Amino acid sequence: MRDIEVGKITQVVRDLCIETNTRLGEDQLQALRRAREQEESPLGKEVFNRLLENAEVARRESVAFCQDTGYAVFFVEIGQDVRLAGGEIGEAIDEGVRRGYEKGYLRKSIVRSPVERTNTGDNTPAVVYYDLVPGDGLKITMLVKGAGCDNMSALKMLTPAEGVEAMKHFVVETVERAGPNASPPVTVGVGIGGPFEKAAQLAKKALTRRSGEPNPNPKLAELEREILEEINATGIGPAGYGGTQTALAVHIESFPTHIAAFPVAVNLDCHSHRTGSVEL
Amino acid sequence: MSEKDIIRLQTPLAVEDIEPLRTGDVVRFSGVLYTARDAAHARMKEAIENGEPLPFDPEGQVVYFTGPTPARPGHVLGPAGPTTASRMDPYSPLLIERGLRGMIGKGLRSEEVIKSMREHGCVYFGAVEGTAALLAARVKEAELVAYEDLGTEAIRRLVVEDFPVVVVNDLYGGDLYREGKERWRRSVR
Repeated sequence: MRDIEVGKITQVVRDLCIETNTRLGEDQLQALRRAREQEESPLGKEVFNRLLENAEVARRESVAFCQDTGYAVFFVEIGQDVRLAGGEIGEAIDEGVRRGYEKGYLRKSIVRSPVERTNTGDNTPAVVYYDLVPGDGLKITMLVKGAGCDNMSALKMLTPAEGVEAMKHFVVETVERAGPNASPPVTVGVGIGGPFEKAAQLAKKALTRRSGEPNPNPKLAELEREILEEINATGIGPAGYGGTQTALAVHIESFPTHIAAFPVAVNLDCHSHRTGSVEL
Repeated sequence: MSEKDIIRLQTPLAVEDIEPLRTGDVVRFSGVLYTARDAAHARMKEAIENGEPLPFDPEGQVVYFTGPTPARPGHVLGPAGPTTASRMDPYSPLLIERGLRGMIGKGLRSEEVIKSMREHGCVYFGAVEGTAALLAARVKEAELVAYEDLGTEAIRRLVVEDFPVVVVNDLYGGDLYREGKERWRRSVR
């Protein structure tokens, strides 16, 4: 057994919140630079210039590069040989979010309930998904999830007969329907398989992968490439002003499913695609 | 983008200022913008329904759909990029009918809003979401005007210099999102 003090978790979560919101990841910067090279529309190229300049200013001034500093979403992998000491992990994460969003001058965007829309004032509660894994490590991955693009996400319960073609069509159709509202160039998280809620969760988790890193399964990696090509052929372009670069990456995560089912969920992320990870 | 292609406009706007604008034009605003997003629009609708005065007279003004982050000490305003405009669709015609001349946001507008804009003379401008830090740097003054309890969603009066936008919907049926997409769409295989 290994003891981990939850106070340590609060500290790393606080730093993750600030870091992830003010410093665009190197993988995302590279993806933006590559897309700028490939973009054929002059106005589209200009949008890429501005996005990259914005990321630089934000980094220099330690301010958020997007005002929607989002839901604070965490994927936590806890080794089964870890004993959490000194408090409750959920509270520790919330406390980290509270401190990070205050100290980092980040926007507090969470309301108490969809019905009673009072701001909680500190961007809590965080959205946390736990996975128990072998070993005595603890890994915390943060996804800062803006709502504009999250709002354009979708889930469909396809039938096995409709199959892969229908899945591809649904992903492209979701990006097309979102158009400029999802703030392209988008990163597209796709979850397939499992029951209903599993597909949605996988779609979100797919967004935490390094930008453009293919799925290790060659068949799924091929689907990622094909879907990306189709999305970039829609013409939506950067900021939706028209162009050849609508998505930077398509990430598919898959899980076994039922003989009767082919669930597919699509979670979109905007050009301010923000992830960060820490291992304790 | 060469400097000569940029149209510079001083706000508030007269109808004559926006008549020459066409979809795709690159514009820089200097002058006053009012921030308002979901909750502030809902309150303004309530005020109109109750016959109460609005926090500002929409005549000639430009509304910017944004909810800024808190300002760091020494900054006028925290990063403030545009939010999705379609959420304001149910409210926008109420302000457009009262003389609003411009809206800044991102994303598609409804047919009803576009019709109202053409009827009463109002243009929809796009700012690039994801350039929040750059946009905030163009804000020289920020003053709270109404609904302080809404926090980031309160109405603020901004004074901006060379605030960069693009014309999305002009007065003549032009739509940058539709036209841009048609121009760059291609078939796969």
